[in-house]
Amino acid sequence: MGLSEILAYSLGVVSITTALLVVFSKNPIHSVLYLILTFFSIAGQYVILNAQFLFIVQIIVYSGAIMVLFLFVLMLLNLSGDTEPQKDNVFKIISVVAGGLLFISMIAMLKGIGNMNLPASPDSQIGLVKNLGQLLFSKYVIPFELSSVLFLSGMVGAVMIGKKDAEDIN
Amino acid sequence: MTEVIKHVDISYYVYLSVLLFSIGVMGVLLRRNAIILFMCIELMLNSVNLLFVAFSSYMGDANGQLFVFFIMVVAAAEVAVGLAILVMMYRNTKSVDVSLLDKLKN
Repeated sequence: MGLSEILAYSLGVVSITTALLVVFSKNPIHSVLYLILTFFSIAGQYVILNAQFLFIVQIIVYSGAIMVLFLFVLMLLNLSGDTEPQKDNVFKIISVVAGGLLFISMIAMLKGIGNMNLPASPDSQIGLVKNLGQLLFSKYVIPFELSSVLFLSGMVGAVMIGKKDAEDIN
Repeated sequence: MTEVIKHVDISYYVYLSVLLFSIGVMGVLLRRNAIILFMCIELMLNSVNLLFVAFSSYMGDANGQLFVFFIMVVAAAEVAVGLAILVMMYRNTKSVDVSLLDKLKN
């Protein structure tokens, strides 16, 4: 068992453990911190899968921007861990069983995924910035421009929703 | 780092992504705190991203990685608007419990 396999499996174990801790920890701040760890372990998977550009984007956008936004809102709202009302136990058991059934049915559906026709030695340079940038600005230039419009409208929407109403201020 | 593609089977990444996605679904069903629901949705998006990147690398096709890039763009916009809605909800109800939002039922 080589280094790459050990790395892949241990990153998988870390991401699953921290994802479970996100769901089951009582304090929302702990959940956010565990989710940051999950995102870092997924970023590590991107490195060993030769997706270097997406590794950097994952660190900057997810672990940096999005999780800081979550942490910021969580601290702004000043929630303590014990204020969240719990669902009753029957409902909890039902939701765990439902998640498990989803997992089992998807696994059953994906049986035999291992013997797919994959190329023997795929190009390992596709994840570099040069290659992705050329594709982004040639084939995907219209979606790229549309995503800038989406960002602008999202920004305007966030400000509009977040600001206090005029009658509240007076 | 090309050895991972040679030594680890693609089914490992498929099962890992499915497991992470199921954990996200379970969290959405289990919790009532709206912020945690959002985080579980992010977890589901990330599991799909991981599967996209895995298939892209194993196939040697860069289109999947660009798709992940666009998913990240949409997720960032979604989080900005969603957290604004959440702050608004907290301002009106003094709570982030999603089960309080049942006005449509009556």
